[in-house]
Amino acid sequence: MTAPSEPQQLAYIAGQAADARVNVDIETGDGMILNMGPQHPATHGTLRIVAKLDGEQVVSAEPIMGYMHRGYEKLTEVRTYPQVTTLVNRIDWLGNFANEVPFILAAEQLMEVEAPPRAQYIRTILFEMSRIANLALFLGDMAVQLGATTPVFYAFRDREHVLNQIEAVTGGRFHPNFDRIGGLKDDLPKGWIDDTKAVMGKLRTFCDEMEDLVVGNEIFQTRTRGIGIIPADTGLEYGLSGANIRASGVDWDLRRDNPVGLAWDKVDWKVWTHPDGDSFARYWVRLQETREATYIVDQLLDSIPAGPIMAKVPRIIKVPEGEAYVATENPLGEMGYYVVSKGDLVPFRVKIRSASFSNISIAPWLLQGVYVPDIITILASLYFILGDIDR
Amino acid sequence: MTSVLAVELSYWQETGIRMLIGLAAVLLPAGTFVYVYLFKMMSFMQSRLGPMEAGPYGSMQLLAEVGKFFQKEDVIPERADRPVFKMAPFVVLVSTFLLVLVLPAGPDAYFVDLDVGIFFALAVSSISVIGILMAGWSSANKYSLLGSLRATGQLIAYELPLVLAVVGVVIQAGTLNMQQIVFAQADGEIFGWGGIGNPYILTQFVGFALFLIAVQAELTQPPFDMPVAESELVTGYLTEYSGMRFLMFFIGEFATAGVFSGIAAVLFLGGWWVPGLDSSSDWFNVLGPAVLFGKMMFVSFLIFWFRFTYPRFREDQLQKLAWKVLIPLALANIAVTAVLKVAV
Amino acid sequence: MIRLSSADTTVEEAEAAGAPLVDTVRDAVAAAFVDALDDAVIESFVKPGCDVIIRVRTDAWLQAADAARNGLGYRFFDFLSAIDWMPSPFGRDMDAEQDTDSADAGSAAAEPIVAGYGGGETRFQVLARVYSLYEHVGVTLKADVPDDDPSIESWISVYGGVNWHERETHEMFGIDFEGHPGLRHLYLPGDFEGHPLRKDFPLVARRVKPWPGIVDVEGMPGADDDEGADA
Repeated sequence: MTAPSEPQQLAYIAGQAADARVNVDIETGDGMILNMGPQHPATHGTLRIVAKLDGEQVVSAEPIMGYMHRGYEKLTEVRTYPQVTTLVNRIDWLGNFANEVPFILAAEQLMEVEAPPRAQYIRTILFEMSRIANLALFLGDMAVQLGATTPVFYAFRDREHVLNQIEAVTGGRFHPNFDRIGGLKDDLPKGWIDDTKAVMGKLRTFCDEMEDLVVGNEIFQTRTRGIGIIPADTGLEYGLSGANIRASGVDWDLRRDNPVGLAWDKVDWKVWTHPDGDSFARYWVRLQETREATYIVDQLLDSIPAGPIMAKVPRIIKVPEGEAYVATENPLGEMGYYVVSKGDLVPFRVKIRSASFSNISIAPWLLQGVYVPDIITILASLYFILGDIDR
Repeated sequence: MTSVLAVELSYWQETGIRMLIGLAAVLLPAGTFVYVYLFKMMSFMQSRLGPMEAGPYGSMQLLAEVGKFFQKEDVIPERADRPVFKMAPFVVLVSTFLLVLVLPAGPDAYFVDLDVGIFFALAVSSISVIGILMAGWSSANKYSLLGSLRATGQLIAYELPLVLAVVGVVIQAGTLNMQQIVFAQADGEIFGWGGIGNPYILTQFVGFALFLIAVQAELTQPPFDMPVAESELVTGYLTEYSGMRFLMFFIGEFATAGVFSGIAAVLFLGGWWVPGLDSSSDWFNVLGPAVLFGKMMFVSFLIFWFRFTYPRFREDQLQKLAWKVLIPLALANIAVTAVLKVAV
Repeated sequence: MIRLSSADTTVEEAEAAGAPLVDTVRDAVAAAFVDALDDAVIESFVKPGCDVIIRVRTDAWLQAADAARNGLGYRFFDFLSAIDWMPSPFGRDMDAEQDTDSADAGSAAAEPIVAGYGGGETRFQVLARVYSLYEHVGVTLKADVPDDDPSIESWISVYGGVNWHERETHEMFGIDFEGHPGLRHLYLPGDFEGHPLRKDFPLVARRVKPWPGIVDVEGMPGADDDEGADA
């Protein structure tokens, strides 16, 4: 490796100095400044929270991100459409497969192709399974953030079963990269349907366990009830979506209200809401959603049609000129891709609307006046994935 | 001690033996708790195996851990108040070693037989607060400071229910001497029935529950572990400690758990005495430590069971629990005990 | 507020009948916006069953937000971003034959700027999406940003959640939002120069090292339509 040139060194020093100025700007003022992160046990990732404290009370708090910014919106402009899925399933790495689906659907919408029914079913199944894998971890993680160490191990134990099933189909546990424009890469392996049904049973047991162990715990309730209340209208203004807004009593689920061609409308399921809007409500709604997702998967497995898994698409994928926005109800909330195509192999512009970015943008508003332990409760209950914020 | 061995020992020999026994009395329960509860029980509760590689069933893991800590660099932050920073772990440990002094393990197996034994124990247990405050302040770290302030507020608040829970026992036994409290339980009777003596857990069950809760808070273990809440304050006042000094805090935590469960065993479970045996028998000088250890294991099992089960309170909720629930309950318990003592 | 049946059923019914795609819900939405904003709307575009795009005048950007949220009930703020319509002077940064030809910067820059749905006259365009929970329809609002002075009104007085979105757009495109309380960088280091999502900002990794994507795959599928050619 060659030594950096002098201009490079100067630029580096200038960069450090500018960062220091920003830090000073943020971190000065009255009261004590508590800097949480980017290395902190509670931020699962590299989110940094600068909180001004008065005693243990938060006067103002400001999340600072960008420590994991990977520039996916720029990178998509130099990747062909099939290559983009590799990038986007690294956005919300826990709900991996669900990230690919809206992008593929947007491309399909522009190309006016539709995946065959069997592919739609398998997509929906894998989508819901990544939701379970994602939310199961949340259910344990929220408890560990509040100091109970045990539930998170149960979450990891049972999430493993789901990941195994996803791996059996896609070959990847974290980055399946399985969705293709016009269908899927492969069909389901033999015997997978029965195995998955058994796994869904285990996950329901897990949800029951969490209901007893965490939701039923008095200390958990005192820590979460009435903490971080989000009124529905404020939540909508900040673009909160998914379980966060449903916990504020808004009955809105993109799976039901804006079906985008997947198989959710073929099965019988329920959108869970909670009127309270506090941290407890958010946990409760996610718990119910995890359980509901296992029922969705079960029903889809029963009714999965036979047939091809790939529609007829050209071998070089050139997407016709146009713009499309497709959003789906991902584990973390609404995830959408605004795809602008100029009729080329590569997208002209992709705007990634990720759920956590909007969900966490309410944090400065929400964290005013709470106690330090409540910062953790609120952030844990808003549930973000750093990759989903920074993209 | 001398009478047990029935050998004439010089002052230095006796002191040396006492020191070794004292070390063993602090370190053995601490090590046992770490292995049995922290390593194994917690793992089984969390559906995993825990350490399995070092020694049969991972039993040597503890030595490996200690060896690891010995090898680590003793990092002291640049801005730290060095003498205070270095001293803090010792102050915490001193409190533990002083506590063990008054713990009787047999009719003649004790370090000192203080007439104000339980009073002494509760007084020296507060020394650790100073150590924690020193650690938090000298670390020059905001997490440490917040953690140590939380710890101080918590330890002081829970000192009160701890003391008040003991008062019921003291009223019943009519003595502050811990040895005499054991004898009082051995020779006592429950409303005229002396079949199993009177282990105070039966008559002072409220006191026992309060004592356990307060001990849990004194040990800063979940659900009262805000001072070291890892998801908020990294590890509170321990944040800047590493290597040996961290190990001392760690030993201090578990040794104190051991000593407190020992005190609980003495106060509520009859200490070294077993129902049905003559409490003045010399056999108890040999059997006593084992019996006491068994009872300590039982009490600490409860402590660690809660530790691995519950999430933590918030600081203000903890204070509310202490002042609005535990202390009134303890006072009521004292009043009822006093009335019954006079009446029966 | 007019309550209508789900947008997608309408389309499906239309498709089933074999008629050309008509999306009555989204047509009505577009009409409502044109009504509310009057001459501030430059162009409205309905993609049946998919999307509504309303392009408003630059100076009516805030008015459009106000009308959407307070007038028409689009309470949910989805996202705000921008598009740089200038064709990339670096081509596609691929190593296909046509890309290596135009790799020397400048040759592609001569291509005219062509905007997408809703049209557009300038290089930069901000776009924001709002969503109505009553009708379950999302609307994409667009406005041109002047080339000489890339700035536009901030939406922060209407949708509080726009704060971070505008900061991101500011640092990525260099568009100023008047009235925003703190247009600090959101992701990038404090002194980062340039605006990465502008088309003329080079993706250095690609400039330094060619993308292997096309080289090392087994002959680009479809280069030859004959299946046997690949084997």
